[in-house]
Amino acid sequence: MFTSNHRRRGMFAAASGVAIAALLTGCVQSDRDDASSDDVDSTFVFAASSDPATLDPAFASDGESFRVARQIFEGLVGVEPGTADPAPLLAESWEQSADGLSYTFALKEGVTFHDGTDFNAEAVCYNFDRWYNFTGVAQSPSAGYYYNSLFRGYADSPEDAVYESCTPGDSETEVTVTLAKPFAGFIAALSLPAFAMQSPEALEEFGADDLTGSDEAVSITEYGQSHPVGTGPFVFDSWEVGSQLELSAYDEYWGDQGDVQQIVFRVIDDPQARRQSLEAGSIDGYDLVGPADTVALEEDGYQIVARDPFTILYLGMNQAVPELQDVRVRQAITMAIDKQQLIDQTLPEGTELATQFIPPVVAGYNEDVTTYDYDPEAARALLADAGYPDGFTLQFNYPTGVSRPYMPTPEEVFTNISAQLTEIGITIDPQPNAWSPDYLDRIQGGENHGIHLLGWTGDYNDTDNFVGVFFGAEKPEFGFDNPELFAALDEARAVSDLDEQLPLYEDINETIAEFIPAVPLAHPAPSLAFAERVESYPVSPVNDEVYNLIELAE
Amino acid sequence: MLRVIGKRLALLVPTLFGLSLLLFFWVRSLPGGPATALLGERATPERIAEVNAAYGFDRPIVEQYVTYMGRLLSGDFGVSIETGRPVLEEFALRFPATIELAIVALIFAIGVGIPLGYIAAKYYGKAADHVSVVVSLIGITIPVFFLAFILKWVFAVQLGWFPPDGRQDSRIDATHVTGFWVLDGILTGEFDAAWDAFMHLILPGLALGTIPLAIIVRITRASVLEVSGADYVRTARAKGVMERTIRDRFVLRNALLPVVTTIGLQVGLLISGAVLTETVFAFSGIGRFLSQAIFSRDFPVLQGFILFIAIIYALINLIVDLSYSLIDPRVRVQ
Repeated sequence: MFTSNHRRRGMFAAASGVAIAALLTGCVQSDRDDASSDDVDSTFVFAASSDPATLDPAFASDGESFRVARQIFEGLVGVEPGTADPAPLLAESWEQSADGLSYTFALKEGVTFHDGTDFNAEAVCYNFDRWYNFTGVAQSPSAGYYYNSLFRGYADSPEDAVYESCTPGDSETEVTVTLAKPFAGFIAALSLPAFAMQSPEALEEFGADDLTGSDEAVSITEYGQSHPVGTGPFVFDSWEVGSQLELSAYDEYWGDQGDVQQIVFRVIDDPQARRQSLEAGSIDGYDLVGPADTVALEEDGYQIVARDPFTILYLGMNQAVPELQDVRVRQAITMAIDKQQLIDQTLPEGTELATQFIPPVVAGYNEDVTTYDYDPEAARALLADAGYPDGFTLQFNYPTGVSRPYMPTPEEVFTNISAQLTEIGITIDPQPNAWSPDYLDRIQGGENHGIHLLGWTGDYNDTDNFVGVFFGAEKPEFGFDNPELFAALDEARAVSDLDEQLPLYEDINETIAEFIPAVPLAHPAPSLAFAERVESYPVSPVNDEVYNLIELAE
Repeated sequence: MLRVIGKRLALLVPTLFGLSLLLFFWVRSLPGGPATALLGERATPERIAEVNAAYGFDRPIVEQYVTYMGRLLSGDFGVSIETGRPVLEEFALRFPATIELAIVALIFAIGVGIPLGYIAAKYYGKAADHVSVVVSLIGITIPVFFLAFILKWVFAVQLGWFPPDGRQDSRIDATHVTGFWVLDGILTGEFDAAWDAFMHLILPGLALGTIPLAIIVRITRASVLEVSGADYVRTARAKGVMERTIRDRFVLRNALLPVVTTIGLQVGLLISGAVLTETVFAFSGIGRFLSQAIFSRDFPVLQGFILFIAIIYALINLIVDLSYSLIDPRVRVQ
């Protein structure tokens, strides 16, 4: 879900240097060719920012685990390429019952797991029942985060559960999943790797559910360490913790196998180091390229690919601060910020200006939402109206030492916005904190903060995943209590029909725009960088990028 | 000799015992208690109570200590909060990498540092001396991570002489036996893998070895200068002993004592330097793991690491002390 990067390449390689280099590295080069013989071109090396937390996606919630899981596993539902919309994958189609609670899936035929077992209705039910029957540590948010937060209850607490049962149909390829409560985002949620289909046999053989440890230190199982078995285009090979993880093409894959025969995820945690590795040719690509790097890398012939933004960066306002309780002050702050200028100067190419808290591709985006144009004069007048003709002093909290897909360089964003707020007479009291764990604790845990930078990267196409997360309940982050807004969000979430949900969310977005709990700044577009030989990459706003679709030049 | 070793090893026991006692109280005196340190400040009282129960922090302190020592003695250092693997397993995975790196760094620092220091002393006040003093000054003042980036940018990115990251080329499929990859390659006969692993050690080794190198140059220079002025050197020279013999047997041998002491102390520096070097070169050693553990409050890892380092430190100092008796016969007599 989250992470990123700067620097310029010089003209250091003098002719003599190159000549010596050729002499000195001659033996290394030839060794390399020997070792990899003729598959040199079909190995794709991608820099990961960390090891995956586990190879069992049901117990993962981090971006690096999902990146690997997407190669090995497939879910019933996939994602329409290039969008955030659900599309058929292991299920070719599905039907919703009249009461909206049952979904009947028609499964793809002839699909096998990497261990040779068949993918069928029973396997589907095995997986659903597995999640539902999680006990103990497996139920904690640090293990099965997504099942916990989306399906809410387990077999030992059925009153909270969204899931009820799974029944194989008349044929091997028909299966019905019945929910206990309406869940409009059910189909979209199934596109998350956390709900991918895993081989029942392998899950049992390698003790996938034998989690031990406490809620905070969940142990990794044998399955999650070295035996993940799915139906995807790539099979797990090896994992050298801290160094690299290797996958190879699955010969029996039902779909197109593509150019890539071997994937190597190399762990390079430093963003600067990732760029240097790409320049030195030891990797083929990396994610979350810093805005400053994109230009330099592009000039040097590397390919920069930007995802459609599925992010939001906002300036939060804590209404526990007396001045910020006045909506006129919040309006003034909104109008003091020239968002376009902010985007041009501090955010990557492809970033879109934000008028609300969901990106345009998400359902419920309101084209006609109230906007506040940049107008420092009007902002000053509003402040005077609110009783602060000479402005006031305001704490501005921002994180340091972190890059997020929605905020590659927080320090720059802070500097830019501070300057603009100073213009309308607000005195800024800068409050930097290290991202982890201090910043989040301070913003989300207590009252001691003023305005702050934060954002979100969506997991899948679900409006509640954005606005519901931010404004669904009273939180120390924003410090306001708005029962009507909370109720409206609760109501919208409970509607099981997407078409009925749409107008509700459009109204909610307008309500939020008038209430201004925070200033939506931008939808930053995360970028990837690739070596020249990577001709095409299946870029996806929700990171649904499977490497069998990569095209490599010879 | 054996008695000396035995005695020193026996002394290690109270040292480690004291350290484990300190660590025990350190974890329990974290602000808000260990559970808060783990969960963050916004943890609910119920969650804190759960964690306290899970880790036994709610038991009487004496009982906690007995359990804790019992676990340590049976080699159970707990499970890493971040990775979910036993701490010892994590160390076993990463420690050989750092040791390989430290060996290369030390060979570089000693192999270049001692001759350079000697040359500086021999040509005291001349150009060679000035150059080596300036070089060692730069070596001491330059931040490790900066040096690492420069080395990498020049020799990996621009010139392409050395690999920029990791311990092995991602396309080489090597068999690993001991965790020391260069050694593994030699043992299994996969010489290309051994060579590749070795090439991966050069740049981080240089970066890591630079500060110890600079210190060794300075100490060697000062020590050689001092010894060269000693009476027995003058006497030897007056007796007509060959210049080479004077250098090897009279000057260098006596000048080495303080140098060896310094080298022993450098090991600590190597470990802290490894944190930065390993990050820049994406080298999967203990340093990089440790920096992640600090940021994520992974205290089982930190606790285990401190004990581990203490053992290493004590052993290195033991080796240093023993080497005195090799270098200086007077120590043997005592």
